[in-house]
Amino acid sequence: MAEITQKKGFLGQLMQRPNDDPTKTIFIAIMLCLVCSVMVSTAAVALKSKQIVNKQNDIRQNILAVTDQYEPGMDMETAFEKFEVKLVDIAAGEFAENDINPATFDQRKAAGSPDLGVRLSNREDIAGIGSRAKYAPVYILRQGDEIEQIVIPVHGYGLWSTMYGFLSLENDFNTIRGLRFYEHAETPGLGGEIENSRWLAKWEGKKIFDENGNVEFRVVRGYVDNNTPQAEYKVDGLSGATLTSQGVSNMMVFWLGENGFGPFLQNMRSEVGNN
Amino acid sequence: MASQAKTNVIDPLIDNNPITLQVLGICSALAVTTNMTAALIMCIALTTVAAFSGAIISMIRHHIPSSIRIIVQMTVIASLVIIVDQILKAYAYEASKQLSVFVGLIITNCIVLGRAEAYAMKNSPGMSFLDGLGNGLGYSVVLLVVAFFRELLGAGKLFGQTIIPVANEGGWYMPNGLMLLPPSAFFIIGLMIWAIRTWKPRQVEAPDYQIHQVHRTEVL
Repeated sequence: MAEITQKKGFLGQLMQRPNDDPTKTIFIAIMLCLVCSVMVSTAAVALKSKQIVNKQNDIRQNILAVTDQYEPGMDMETAFEKFEVKLVDIAAGEFAENDINPATFDQRKAAGSPDLGVRLSNREDIAGIGSRAKYAPVYILRQGDEIEQIVIPVHGYGLWSTMYGFLSLENDFNTIRGLRFYEHAETPGLGGEIENSRWLAKWEGKKIFDENGNVEFRVVRGYVDNNTPQAEYKVDGLSGATLTSQGVSNMMVFWLGENGFGPFLQNMRSEVGNN
Repeated sequence: MASQAKTNVIDPLIDNNPITLQVLGICSALAVTTNMTAALIMCIALTTVAAFSGAIISMIRHHIPSSIRIIVQMTVIASLVIIVDQILKAYAYEASKQLSVFVGLIITNCIVLGRAEAYAMKNSPGMSFLDGLGNGLGYSVVLLVVAFFRELLGAGKLFGQTIIPVANEGGWYMPNGLMLLPPSAFFIIGLMIWAIRTWKPRQVEAPDYQIHQVHRTEVL
């Protein structure tokens, strides 16, 4: 009887061994890993193009929104053509002269790489980001030949997470047009209110630099109105989110300061002044 | 058989609920219940994983060596979770951004592994699928109730739509900030367990230890 039910071939015999047989254990483990990894990689590869489009559209939507160009349901591809994407050499404070494609440049990946990233010392690293990329893309919106707005990417550490956002500046390179965060993991309802449009509306029209070119802008504790001294440099922080507000403030000081876009904005301003 | 199938799906909803009776899977119930949308997506993801992992593990149960059975179960669960995560990133990008790491953490959810080990290893694939489905739905019921109260009382909204106008947007309701913090989920789950056990006293466990009643005659 045993002869009849005996399965033929190496595989059949292997599967008929008792479950605790070491050879079968290893065989099952390897087979399972193979099948599972094929399933996972198939899903990852098949869905990758869609995910990239989603991510890109999300970033585009935020850039459009921060410049007041966004309308629900618009086609991202065509809407985004209005923007000129350029790479800025942060240390030099000028547009970068190299062959890196600014549209595909990955600032986050670059920050970690040895030749495209710069480690920040503790003293420099007020935004808590560890290292930054040498280059950063900026998005320029023109009205005719004149620059109307310029959008710069900013990020910094809040309470729980690194907050990523876009800051839009007027063509005097000193006045904030808008700010938007597109990625963060702050506490919903408290720090997460950095997405609240009513709060972000308070940013519009605030100034960044004092006469000497230092970053004067801060997110402060307490109510800010026209009677507050230097109200034009201050935004009222979020209540219940002191550390997140502090993080946003530090992020602004870093990215607009000498280790961030400070030199670049300085150059742009003096260019505007000369014309 | 049909009644067995029905029990597998219906029983975990209240009578044998994985959260309120077995008190499993509490971790994600705290994390993703600040709003209804996130909770709903999480429920769908977990139910899918629980159902399919049950079915798959049950299919290969006769060949799983007992020495590595937990690893085998985890591998199947982890693969399914990654696939669900990838699908969310492709088709529900906004939601996946909100859930961030918590989809990945379904891998460590006690309910999924618990059902795989306790049920799928001993029962047929179809029944295991229904068992996973039922337990996923039981988890969902609790999550949605918790999220309902947290979002409504914490932010005055449901599914992101304003229900009660809150004070800092010009309304009259002063939202309860505690509702948005993790402890509030504990409070709500605690109250739910209390309510369910009052309704169905059979769920109350016998005390582990009873203080011995001292009679006067025993006192020396």
